[in-house]
Amino acid sequence: MTRTVRRNRRSLSAAGAGVAALLALSACSSSDSDSSSTKADSSASDKLSGTVTVFAAASLKESFTTLGKAFEKAHPGTKVTFSFGGSDSLAASITGGAPADVFASASPKTMKIVTDAGDATGTPVTFVRNQLEIATLPGNPGKVASLKDLTNPDLKVVLCDKEVPCGAAAQKALDASSLKLTPVSYEQDVKAALTKVELKEADAAVVYKTDVHAAGDKVEGVEFPESAGAINDYPITLLKGTRNTDAAKAFVALVRSADGQKVLTGAGFLKP
Amino acid sequence: MTPTDRADGSRGVPLPLLVPALIGLAFLIVPLVALLVRAPWRSMPGQLTSADVWQALQLSLLCATAATAVSLVLGVPLAWLLARVEFPGRGLVRALVTLPLVLPPVVGGVALLMALGRNGVVGKWLDTWFGITLPFTTTGVVIAEAFVAMPFLVISVEGTLRAADPRYEEAAATLGASRFTAFRRVTLPLIAPGIAAGAVLAWARALGEFGATITFAGNFPGRTQTMPLAVYLALQSDPEAAIALSLVLLAVSVAVLAGLRDRWMTAR
Repeated sequence: MTRTVRRNRRSLSAAGAGVAALLALSACSSSDSDSSSTKADSSASDKLSGTVTVFAAASLKESFTTLGKAFEKAHPGTKVTFSFGGSDSLAASITGGAPADVFASASPKTMKIVTDAGDATGTPVTFVRNQLEIATLPGNPGKVASLKDLTNPDLKVVLCDKEVPCGAAAQKALDASSLKLTPVSYEQDVKAALTKVELKEADAAVVYKTDVHAAGDKVEGVEFPESAGAINDYPITLLKGTRNTDAAKAFVALVRSADGQKVLTGAGFLKP
Repeated sequence: MTPTDRADGSRGVPLPLLVPALIGLAFLIVPLVALLVRAPWRSMPGQLTSADVWQALQLSLLCATAATAVSLVLGVPLAWLLARVEFPGRGLVRALVTLPLVLPPVVGGVALLMALGRNGVVGKWLDTWFGITLPFTTTGVVIAEAFVAMPFLVISVEGTLRAADPRYEEAAATLGASRFTAFRRVTLPLIAPGIAAGAVLAWARALGEFGATITFAGNFPGRTQTMPLAVYLALQSDPEAAIALSLVLLAVSVAVLAGLRDRWMTAR
């Protein structure tokens, strides 16, 4: 069967290679992506300057920080500042008037809050996708190989609450396979769920691939085929209030470029 | 506003005191009033009669009461020890006892996990020897709540003990009572109002406890999901439900504090 227990390898080297490639090439290397939203590419060789403020989902922290550094190096005189957090609260800040140039959300639902409020320019584009994965204790002592194995009553399993995206996705996967799973707890966000496994208080959690990746050796990831039916799209958009359109466009272009994608897939994200 | 129609002692409140006092009052009251203003009164009956809400409220009341009971059993003797017995490091012990008052509750939850979790310093042995694991259980909720609430009781009772005249106990001792008998027959009745006040404070604190609970005990409806947890999670998708739940919690707290305050807290 589809038993694909995978040891987490740190692919920092992959991310590092991505950054190196980014630095070698200038940002205009990404002009192969769709022309409507990347008009800034032509002007990328022009002098960009100023600050780009990016509001991004917490799960993007590692990879976007890497991309931000690469951007600053490729365009001396620019600065990328980030606000990472839950997509819902970021969206609330943006509609509340927070000064941001770019918004990268962990779900189309939260992006819709921003577009419905008329705070985005253009149509948001999906730039990565995130898939669920089972996080188990190191060495997988519970011998978890499938989603069904989590229904074993001897295992302490934590899920995200259904109100938050990771919980909704997990529920979708469970429903699709008609599995009834009684967790010991519905955690308030994906990191809280993962932490319970890292602390060995729970035997397994259903989290994102990227979270398993970021946890390194502290957990072991188990892929399950049902996760394919519950993939989260991450949309990115330019915001209306931006005062630094060219630089903001260039940053979005970088995220969507082949080199940007390399950094993101290195962190465990899937290509859109 | 003529000063003459005021009772003695409150004549002529100086403006520099009155203005900040009123601003302070507004600062504390306005958010609560806002909750009332924004409450979805129309959908309220439906929100509040749902089985989930009752389950969470019941669990909240049960756990807060159990946590108060734990605090009484352990906290009153602890307060007595701090107030009546000289021992080296008493100041330090007192400071440590009050630590959970100022500690962020989440930190308390993490600390409890480290101590009593399945993999914790003490919890590991509880698990191997007795097969007891506390996280994700109702007992875990009670422990988390008692951890943050007990200091309120200890502080309150210790203060009352210090204010109480020790000569009554000494008199009992000269009449042949042992120290424990004197505590039971003389001290306890003497400080009963202080104990009650501390218990009410502890109960109210336990009822509102969120951070330590969600960190240590997790969130499962009917087992560890208390009202504050339900409010927080409802806020993610259904703010109206969160407001409705908050109002219930507010009403319960106000009712208890108001009902007991006159009776106990000013009885000294």
